[in-house]
Amino acid sequence: MEALKKELKERIINVLNLEDITVDDIQDTDALFGDGLGLDSIDALELIVLLDKEYGIKLADPKQGKEIFQSIETMAQYIAQNRTKL
Amino acid sequence: MYSVSKYIHIENGIIFENGKQIVDSNTTDFSEFIKQVYRNFEHIYPKFYKMDDLCKLAYIASELVLKDETEKDIALLFSNNEGSLDTDNKHQQSIQNSNAYFPSPAVFVYTLPNIAIGEVSIRHQLKSESAFFIASEYQTDYMHKYTEHLLRTNKAKKVLCGWVHCLNGAYKACFYLVETNGILEHNNQNIKQITK
Amino acid sequence: MAVYIHSSNCISPLGFTTKDNFQALLSGRSAIEKIFINDAIGTIYAGTINNQLFDAHFQSIDTHFNGSQIEKLLIAALYSVIKEHPVKPDSVLIFSTTKGNISALAANQLNDAFIPKTIHNINTYFGFKTEPVVISNACVSGVMALSIAKRLIESGAFSNAFVVAADELTPFVISGFQSFQAMSNEVCKPYDKNRNGINLGEAAAAVYVSDTFSANAITIAGEANINDANHISGPSRTGEGLVLSIEKALKEAQKTTTDIDYISAHGTATLYNDEMEAIAFNRMQLQNVPLNSLKAYYGHTLGASGLLESIVAIESLKTNTLVPSLGFKEQGTSQSINIITKQEQKLLKTILKTASGFGGSNSAIVLTKNK
Repeated sequence: MEALKKELKERIINVLNLEDITVDDIQDTDALFGDGLGLDSIDALELIVLLDKEYGIKLADPKQGKEIFQSIETMAQYIAQNRTKL
Repeated sequence: MYSVSKYIHIENGIIFENGKQIVDSNTTDFSEFIKQVYRNFEHIYPKFYKMDDLCKLAYIASELVLKDETEKDIALLFSNNEGSLDTDNKHQQSIQNSNAYFPSPAVFVYTLPNIAIGEVSIRHQLKSESAFFIASEYQTDYMHKYTEHLLRTNKAKKVLCGWVHCLNGAYKACFYLVETNGILEHNNQNIKQITK
Repeated sequence: MAVYIHSSNCISPLGFTTKDNFQALLSGRSAIEKIFINDAIGTIYAGTINNQLFDAHFQSIDTHFNGSQIEKLLIAALYSVIKEHPVKPDSVLIFSTTKGNISALAANQLNDAFIPKTIHNINTYFGFKTEPVVISNACVSGVMALSIAKRLIESGAFSNAFVVAADELTPFVISGFQSFQAMSNEVCKPYDKNRNGINLGEAAAAVYVSDTFSANAITIAGEANINDANHISGPSRTGEGLVLSIEKALKEAQKTTTDIDYISAHGTATLYNDEMEAIAFNRMQLQNVPLNSLKAYYGHTLGASGLLESIVAIESLKTNTLVPSLGFKEQGTSQSINIITKQEQKLLKTILKTASGFGGSNSAIVLTKNK
């Protein structure tokens, strides 16, 4: 799980162009949206693509994203349970 | 009648302000160059890193022209010959192969050249007139007339005109601000010089 | 000096003349159908021009021309307008498009995707002697092109302009909107409680604009294109740019909100766009003015939409007809607006056309009858 969380942080920094941020800057339970990392609506859509591309998870309803993307912790849990790509 | 109060030229890692060289970076790579220029600014704007190359270039050029500007009613008239083809190519690549089909929203949003105008509007909070034109080369003639028309009819207090070209690593930005008072007369000859 | 819109033409799934298009709308016809695009995209609801019908129509214009599909659409749109108003040495061609010949990228023909190349072919084809003006400003391009035509004529740069607009339905655009989760899985429902996204479409349209008065022409009385300065892909929650655009257009036209008889709005059927428009129209005290969106008839035709829909609005104005806003059943915006639900005759003298688009762009134009 720790490896997955680290990998997630790296991928998010990469895919969302968070150039001034390092893996160590992101705490597992930090809010990704709103006040925490300050991601926006396009970032949310991009994370949906990330789930599909890297982990083979296709969300049935994009609105599920709100729950799943709350933090690295919630993302990692969801991916661990639903991934179809290793 | 109207004057150019400031003009910026960005090309080959060199930046000229009002004809005087202010940056000489030695960098040949656009990505490295533009981030270097950004990091030398005194402000931080995290959204900068999300922008595509066309928008980064327009952002930097506008930032240099509007550095000490307080006026908010500034019309933005940007143009180039390639539209958003630089990013269009990236989007096309992401959908070309149906076996590796992953269109990216963060890329697609930049497949419209006027997003460059949007980014500058947001950065400087300019709720103003704007338009993105496409032409094989800078159209001095109608740009001159259109700019003066906006000023004369009070549809803008100042006008920022910009040629912003960015495609496959090649780039060039010629931005100039037009208003009542300035350092150069706003005429076809001077515009041709500025946008050479 | 005043600037007028004279003739027009539309090339769309609903017909190849303005008259045929308007008749189709009056009979409630929609271009939206379920179509299969490719394996990656699958099936979508969209408006698409029938290739066979269009090819046959194009043959009646030119049997030799062998350019790209979008060039054919542009030629077909301009042809009848130019027949009626021949090109003069000081005529200018003004082109509105979001993606131009973008389908060339899929065929790996990068050079053909450059918009100047496409429009220069059209410029030469019709014998224009001036450099064309191209506006590529997201979905407001069509309305913006009308405003720029008016301003260029007022400035003395030209005495007349042919404004043409076109965009095609392409995998390039469809895939992008799908990645935005912005597409509806049925015919779209602008302003409706159950709206869930857009349908895409394709079309070409053309008008002749000049400073010559004619009793039948429509006056472009006022116009403005003001940016939200808020977000690059979402509209301002308070409709800032749209409000300012409408305000300025009305002021220039020397009209007040009570003078507006009908609004042809943008209504893409996304949650955010329609909500923003409702807020903006309420802020401008326009909530009781009969209003429609044409997106459920045509789909969102992008760079063509502003011009195509303005032409339809002008037909409404000329015939004093309110066309229902297809797809609407129940109010779905937090503030109510007066959606046209059935076809009606109403004396119309002054109308407002608005558009909003990516990059925070907004355009508003006030059109009035001359007689």
